[in-house]
Amino acid sequence: MGVRRRAGGFVLLVNPILCDGFGHCAELAPDLVHVDEWGYPVIVTEPVPLANLAALESARYAVRGCPRQALRIERVSDAH
Amino acid sequence: MIAPESLPRVLHGATGRPLTLAQHEEAFGPMPTATPSLDLLESSGLTGRGGAAFPTARKARLIGEQRGHNKFVVVNAMEGEPAAHKDRTLISANPHLVLDGAQYLARVVGARHVAVCVSRDDPIMVNHLQRAVHERDRHATRAVSFELHTPPWRYVAGEESALVHWLDDNESLPQYRPRRPHVLRIGHAPVLVDNAETCAHVGLIARYGADWFRRLGTPTSPGSTLVSVSGAVARPTVLEVPLGVPVRAILERAGADPDPQALLMGGYGGAWLDARHLDVAYANDALAPLGSSVGAGIIIVLPRSGCGLIETQRIARWMANESARQCGPCAFGLPAIADDLARLTVDTPGAGAAYDRLVDRCGAIEGRGACRHPDGVVRLVRSALQVFSAHVEDHVRGRACAASRSNHHYSAVPTLEREEELVWE
Repeated sequence: MGVRRRAGGFVLLVNPILCDGFGHCAELAPDLVHVDEWGYPVIVTEPVPLANLAALESARYAVRGCPRQALRIERVSDAH
Repeated sequence: MIAPESLPRVLHGATGRPLTLAQHEEAFGPMPTATPSLDLLESSGLTGRGGAAFPTARKARLIGEQRGHNKFVVVNAMEGEPAAHKDRTLISANPHLVLDGAQYLARVVGARHVAVCVSRDDPIMVNHLQRAVHERDRHATRAVSFELHTPPWRYVAGEESALVHWLDDNESLPQYRPRRPHVLRIGHAPVLVDNAETCAHVGLIARYGADWFRRLGTPTSPGSTLVSVSGAVARPTVLEVPLGVPVRAILERAGADPDPQALLMGGYGGAWLDARHLDVAYANDALAPLGSSVGAGIIIVLPRSGCGLIETQRIARWMANESARQCGPCAFGLPAIADDLARLTVDTPGAGAAYDRLVDRCGAIEGRGACRHPDGVVRLVRSALQVFSAHVEDHVRGRACAASRSNHHYSAVPTLEREEELVWE
């Protein structure tokens, strides 16, 4: 009962046109995002397993914390 | 009927003036009235001639499967590459062949409108197309309506999403497409975007069939293509060649320098090809292992007396200025790359550091824009660093070559416009 199966993974995606380089995402999800020399995010491209709850939570914070709403979490199901 | 193995195909019957509709039908025969079929395009194996070489039939099928009774076919004759002249040559020879192909594609995918897009900075082309479209309207008993659009000339304005964005919203800016394949839309209507040369080939395939088309070229890349050759040539020309001929044969036909240093293949977003590989076949599957591609059919010949780094630097500077400045990595990264290249070419003490920074920045920028504009520049710079590696070494050590002190350049890069003067709408 109540056991959710967390198969698959997720990736954090940025819309580069909306992004203005505020850099909040790199502070909210430091494991997934770092900023380049101009302050724009460089995001880990390989899927992170959904079982990694800390990473998922930080990704959600980053999505909510983005002032331009440029971030998005996309599920990838091919990880299993 | 054009004989199967004869060339030119899309430039057949060129008289120096664009053919009128009557002359055109006399030269090529009438368009068949039978129901158009996608299978014909599929078996011809035609790939897009705008640079990406995507199979035309697959793209048409994707749009054909979309819902909507108001679809568009967009003919892309923008010719954003300063070194390309093929659409110009084609439209000043056979404008109706392009329109025939567009009409055929419109019937295949069920589109009602054909939007022909040509840059407003080229009034002669606009004039030719205006006449051709007008002529069609007078003779028309057709369900497909033609309209002419004139976006401003920008490098990225010819990119398909930027072109559709212009038609939709009067802004020549690329759009963000997270998932591919992506169906571009004007309002809600799906849009099929094809290069003008691709449309011309479709016009021929519709008349003479897929087997006729496959009689030239290789099995994997059939047909002929238009190549714009410039740089160290007797005079810049547009040639129609079968795909798969040796690059050396193309250069000979163009009257190019017989012993060049390198070739820039595919345009400003393309890659340098070392002159050791001159005998490679001019087709994507043969060029891919060398990191090169046919691209939009552009060859710029760099002679031994030229400096590849200087040419690359000028092109990168111009490309940086042509960025739409929507995405940070492109807006800030491309000028940074151009600065690094400039620092590399003049012998300052910081040249070694500039080289390392350049390599890092190329890695940092790649794949991070909404369109492929920054990726093209990165490919160009990387190939330059590889092909001219010995030369780069000299520059880093402070032994600048003689060519870098002369003012003679082989790539005809347009003059830079000031950022606030760039017109996007």
